Amino acid sequence: MAAFKNPQILLASDLRDGEVMFLGASGWERDHRRARVALDAAAAAELEKIGHAEYASNHVVDVYLTDVEIEPDGVPTPLHYREKMRIKGPSVRRDLGKQATGA
Amino acid sequence: MSVHDLSAAARPNAPTTTYRYDEFDADFVRERVAEFREQVRRRLEGSLTEDEFRPFRLMNGLYLQLHAYMLRVAIPYGTLTARQMRCLADIADRWDRGYGHFTTRQNLQYNWPKLIDTPDILDALADVEMHAIQTSGNCIRNVTADHFAGVAADEIEDPRATAEFLRQWSSLHPEFSFLPRKFKIAVTGATHDRAAILAHDIGLRILKNDAGDIGYQVMVGGGLGRSPFIGKIIRDFLPRADLLAYLEAIMRVYNRYGRRDNKYKARIKILVHEKGIEAIRDAVEKEFASMDRSVFSHDPEEFTRIAAYFAPPPYESLPAVSATLRAARNDNPALDNFVAVNVSPHREPGYAIVTVSLKPIGGIPGDATSAQMRTLADASERFGFGELRVSHEQNIILPHVKQDDLPALWRILDAAGLATANAGLISDIISCPGLDYCSLATARSIPIAQEISKRFSDMSRQRRIGKLGVKISGCINACGHHHIGAIGILGLEKKGQESYQITLGGDPTFSAAIGEIVGPGVGAEQVPDVIEHLVDFYLAEREEKETFIDTWRRVGHARFKDALRREGEDGAYI
Amino acid sequence: MALISDGRFVEDGWRRLADEEDLPKSGRIIVSLARLPHALEKLTPETSLGVLAPNTTEIDALATALPRLGLISIAFPAFADGRGFSLARLLRSAGFTGELRASGRLLADQYTHALGCGFDAIEIPDDLAARQDETQWRAARDAYSRTYQRGYISRGSILDARRKAAQ
Repeated sequence: MAAFKNPQILLASDLRDGEVMFLGASGWERDHRRARVALDAAAAAELEKIGHAEYASNHVVDVYLTDVEIEPDGVPTPLHYREKMRIKGPSVRRDLGKQATGA
Repeated sequence: MSVHDLSAAARPNAPTTTYRYDEFDADFVRERVAEFREQVRRRLEGSLTEDEFRPFRLMNGLYLQLHAYMLRVAIPYGTLTARQMRCLADIADRWDRGYGHFTTRQNLQYNWPKLIDTPDILDALADVEMHAIQTSGNCIRNVTADHFAGVAADEIEDPRATAEFLRQWSSLHPEFSFLPRKFKIAVTGATHDRAAILAHDIGLRILKNDAGDIGYQVMVGGGLGRSPFIGKIIRDFLPRADLLAYLEAIMRVYNRYGRRDNKYKARIKILVHEKGIEAIRDAVEKEFASMDRSVFSHDPEEFTRIAAYFAPPPYESLPAVSATLRAARNDNPALDNFVAVNVSPHREPGYAIVTVSLKPIGGIPGDATSAQMRTLADASERFGFGELRVSHEQNIILPHVKQDDLPALWRILDAAGLATANAGLISDIISCPGLDYCSLATARSIPIAQEISKRFSDMSRQRRIGKLGVKISGCINACGHHHIGAIGILGLEKKGQESYQITLGGDPTFSAAIGEIVGPGVGAEQVPDVIEHLVDFYLAEREEKETFIDTWRRVGHARFKDALRREGEDGAYI
Repeated sequence: MALISDGRFVEDGWRRLADEEDLPKSGRIIVSLARLPHALEKLTPETSLGVLAPNTTEIDALATALPRLGLISIAFPAFADGRGFSLARLLRSAGFTGELRASGRLLADQYTHALGCGFDAIEIPDDLAARQDETQWRAARDAYSRTYQRGYISRGSILDARRKAAQ
């Protein structure tokens, strides 16, 4: 396992409709602000374990951890521009995706 | 009954000059939808894992992207009827977000479908003789063709009959559906290549030999992506009767010997490159010679049956030049510019080919709203025998418009935001969806295209610059054809930031060339500046009637590079 | 392993012989390609011989053995590795009339492809058979009433049907 550097959240896509989801305190959330944040390697491993089980039971696909920083208000924001895009929607269509519903 | 009797052409929604399904085609497509519906059901209940399901959903055009699934609908050889275009609009409204994206492979992509809705979408497509078969996956993909097929003045034969013949042969092929990698075939029947056939796994150029027989020059091993190659000639003249047998031989050699150890080396271009074209030719000819050819004995009559569908529509006899149009152009400079830039000569006197640009200034290249799709469907029925084309430049073509009707057509297009007079100009940018949608992308493409387009928003300046192909890809897979853009832009990730590498001198035509890199990558905000410097240098250097690529070839890459260095502060730009 | 033939799980009448095992005096056995020359030499008339061939096998390596082989099993190292389809097709073209078997993690969704290229039977691991039951294999086999290619095996040929309809 790679060394743990930053807090992490777990992303996935809903198998049935393809929307991006985040593992929350009690199941999948469609808003990243409700994502459960792993603050150490053990917590990240726990997220991954749940993710693998959810993948195996055909609820989600494309499951992976991504590094975040915690904003002052406690919201986790991805560090990489790719995942920044995924929590919002296309930058060229602000009327579509999660950003359109105020996420 | 003749395929194009006048009563049928006059009927609303009547397709005229393109292939129509018979009962067997229709049954086949319905059975494919039923099969996919069952595959989705088995995926949801767990009979298929994601790793098992993926190749099968891809072979039906369904991807999982950054925000949602994406469905790629096949538009064989880029030809659509008005009825089909309306269906695409209806699907966009009912199951997607009211728009679609026309691609460089003459297909259409929906960016927001749900997996559970996809079988219903496919059924709706089947209602209008459409499908998503083999628009992705490691199989023979949608066969593309010259978008001016059947109407171009420089054409030997309409390539669409060949493309349809190949579409049927390659559909659900028992032997060639699990190839080392994807396989793309393009056909042209003209003396100018508008289908970029040298950038395809197989390129077919229709030729007439000295005896007057029609056949094919066969090119193999072209392709873009991580290692771009220009196709090489494997057969100078292949008689038509041997087409399927010969392609089967190529496919068998590729299926058996193409590399499967590394997906970046799995295309046939790498096999051709590593073994040499002579070795591949020997292997193909040996296989071809050993085949039982009796199974192909009915190919010529089947080809003739298919070709009959592509007969010309019932044109009127018209004078070569329209006085109505001439007068209207004199009165209306915007119309005049539109005709000068977006209208091409038609082989039939009094008719014209109209390119409808899907590249409004600052817009998203290739996107069309459902309303725009309906406007185009209506316009095609009113002015163009109900037929439309999709070009690999991501524009829509109305292939048979009377010159007399151009003013009225222009007014309708203008009102719908579809009259941008930039076909072939610097703002007619090819762009893949990039990181705004695509899960493979390493950087965004669309915003770069938008910024360049805005920078050159002055249309008279664009016309002064002349023909110039700018092509942008958001990753090394090169869906935006950056390698063959006179100016190519490739988006990469560099130190956690989006970075853009610029190439010059690419050419998609028979004089095909891969662009050369100008220097290290630049940030997104610098790209328009760099392009502007390059264009200004070209304008300063060009001789009479030279296009950008002409000047670049004459002056040389080094001087373009130097120009950037001098223009920037201590080489800061490049 | 489970064996699918004609849309059903069937008993396997053949036994795969390990390379270190002695050749039996009778029965139906499958040997490795490496052992094929030896097996052909020592074969008793009461033994039927089959061979397990990698999907990279050249036809020339099997050409002389073909008339004496009752079965060829082609290995599919991954379900998406389609080399076995071309090899099957070449073996049928070369005149092989015995049983052709595809062995690996093939999916029901590939059944029509396999049958089309000349395979008779599919051999899959038990865990896959547990997920993909007979009904799925049968549905896959019956999914298409007609297909476009000629020279491949299918329930019906669109080209032939068209020619008939035009007469």
